[in-house]
Amino acid sequence: MSGYGIVSSMTQLVLFNIFNGLIVGAFYALMALGLSLILNLSGVINFAHGGFLAIGGYIAYTLMPYIGFWGGLVVAPLLTAVLGLLVERVLIRRVYGRDPLYSLLLTFGLAFMFEDGTRFIWGAQSLPFQVPGWLVTPLSNQYFFLTGYRLFMVLVVAIAVMGLFLILGRTRLGIRIRAGTLDLETVSVLGVNVRVLRNMNFGLGVYLAGLAGVLAVGQLGLQPTIGASLIMPSFVAIIVGGLGSLPGTLLGGLLIGVASGITTVFFPSATEAVIYVMMAAVLLVRPRGLLGEEGRF
Amino acid sequence: MGASELNKQAPNIFVWLLLLGMPFWLPAIGGYTELGTRAVVLGLAAMSLNFLLGYTGVLSFGHAAYFGLGAYGVGMTIRYLMPSTIVGILVGTLVGTLAAAIIGPLIIRLRGVYFAMVTIAFGQVFFFIAFRWNSVTGGDDGLSGWTRLPLDFGFASIDIQHNARAFYYFVLVVFALSVGAMAWLLRSPFGRTLIAIRENEQRARFLGIPVDQHIWISWVISCCFVSVAGALYALLNNFIDPRALYWSQSGDFVIMAVLGGMRSFWGPLIGAAIFVVLQDYLSSQTENWMSFVGLFFVLVVLFFPRGVLGVIRRKVTS
Repeated sequence: MSGYGIVSSMTQLVLFNIFNGLIVGAFYALMALGLSLILNLSGVINFAHGGFLAIGGYIAYTLMPYIGFWGGLVVAPLLTAVLGLLVERVLIRRVYGRDPLYSLLLTFGLAFMFEDGTRFIWGAQSLPFQVPGWLVTPLSNQYFFLTGYRLFMVLVVAIAVMGLFLILGRTRLGIRIRAGTLDLETVSVLGVNVRVLRNMNFGLGVYLAGLAGVLAVGQLGLQPTIGASLIMPSFVAIIVGGLGSLPGTLLGGLLIGVASGITTVFFPSATEAVIYVMMAAVLLVRPRGLLGEEGRF
Repeated sequence: MGASELNKQAPNIFVWLLLLGMPFWLPAIGGYTELGTRAVVLGLAAMSLNFLLGYTGVLSFGHAAYFGLGAYGVGMTIRYLMPSTIVGILVGTLVGTLAAAIIGPLIIRLRGVYFAMVTIAFGQVFFFIAFRWNSVTGGDDGLSGWTRLPLDFGFASIDIQHNARAFYYFVLVVFALSVGAMAWLLRSPFGRTLIAIRENEQRARFLGIPVDQHIWISWVISCCFVSVAGALYALLNNFIDPRALYWSQSGDFVIMAVLGGMRSFWGPLIGAAIFVVLQDYLSSQTENWMSFVGLFFVLVVLFFPRGVLGVIRRKVTS
């Protein structure tokens, strides 16, 4: 009888952590997809992506008294995307085509400024972020971990990812982005304004970061360092999934999320480190990543 | 030594004279000895990075990890194993170098942004080990409860523990040995091969040069000296915490190298000196120094990509 109880609570613990890992992984994937979009078309690793994520969360927090959680969920990512469009136009655009070193340093500096800027405006202390009450209550007594908000996050991420793939697959902008990823010069010769294309693409990537930000702060609360702590796992998601492949990035994000979830059960202090071990394993066996294209990088 | 030879050596002589006299002229212009020591230590880190970045043309963004390993190596040796500064430095360097040698094969085939991304991500492993392994590393609070110890040669002993000036000269000796070794390597056929790889990797490959192997060796050498710098950094502060391993620290090293001039041997040292002075000044003036450091990154990229020595050299040749 007692043995049965141990097994069942163990199973529940593992289930809980796998599910938790999927949610975390969905997050990483959402953020990593934005990074991937920008990297694939413009060859820029956007270190400031975490900063955009934090700003998305803080904007939602600030607008909450006026437009509520749902308004914030819609408006905050859009405002973050507008900021992204501006930043691309004023700064990022200047380093296209130069040694990748300079885009790295530029976005690195931006990441510092964003983190410190949010600290300056909203303070260093952690702020509470209220999500609607009915989302927080557990859905089941037996599976205590299934709060509505967790399911809701997965749902939003799923919709966003489907939306992204629809945009890329069906709209003119998406088709141009995909074409530009393969051969930007030809796309330019065919009469597409590449500057606008890169600008829109950057905005789209930052939109995803902003959306991830609103979702993240509902779960983790608001802190200026939230962006810095979430960006490295997104890098790992991209590397594990394979550079140049958006489905790969999605897969990579979910995989590392689940891996760290399972590790939490058995070896809690390695929760963060395990994803890097996973990255090492992938690089050893398959240097281009799980779904990466041969010879692209 | 002919006149032209003297002309060639003039910058080197100038730099060494400046470094040797630092504890005397720096306080006179409002600095303090520890600030100079800091600049030399971080200068060594940036110069080591530049061995890879500027001379091999490989974009590493993860050097903070090996810097931090050197630092924890010296701290933990003195605290747990053996109360000796020299042994500590050796252990720290060995740990950092070994870690780099093991990770090397995983990354040497990657190039450009991919290399940068993977190196910076790998660095996080060591950050989380230092952060999480509370009982040994002190976790988030850092590793304290140890100090650098006087150098004891049996017949004589030098008190680098309490005498800041003595410690500066000790650091300078280690700096000279490391920098000398790097300069010697760069002038050797091996170093010339690295430059050939930087200039045209494909051609180097066609000439039969084992490119991946050379990059691996260059990576290990670079990480070896950056862990020496890390060990000195921990000794300077008598303390080490996980922030020294964090990814933003790697960015600081890169900006130092770029700011001073990646294409010149002494450039990163100048970049480090400017960075250290600026950070020291900003953090005493404003709480938001991080914004200014970030802004500084942006300005350097937009308006000063060649660095101090790059600009000077261009002016001289034109």
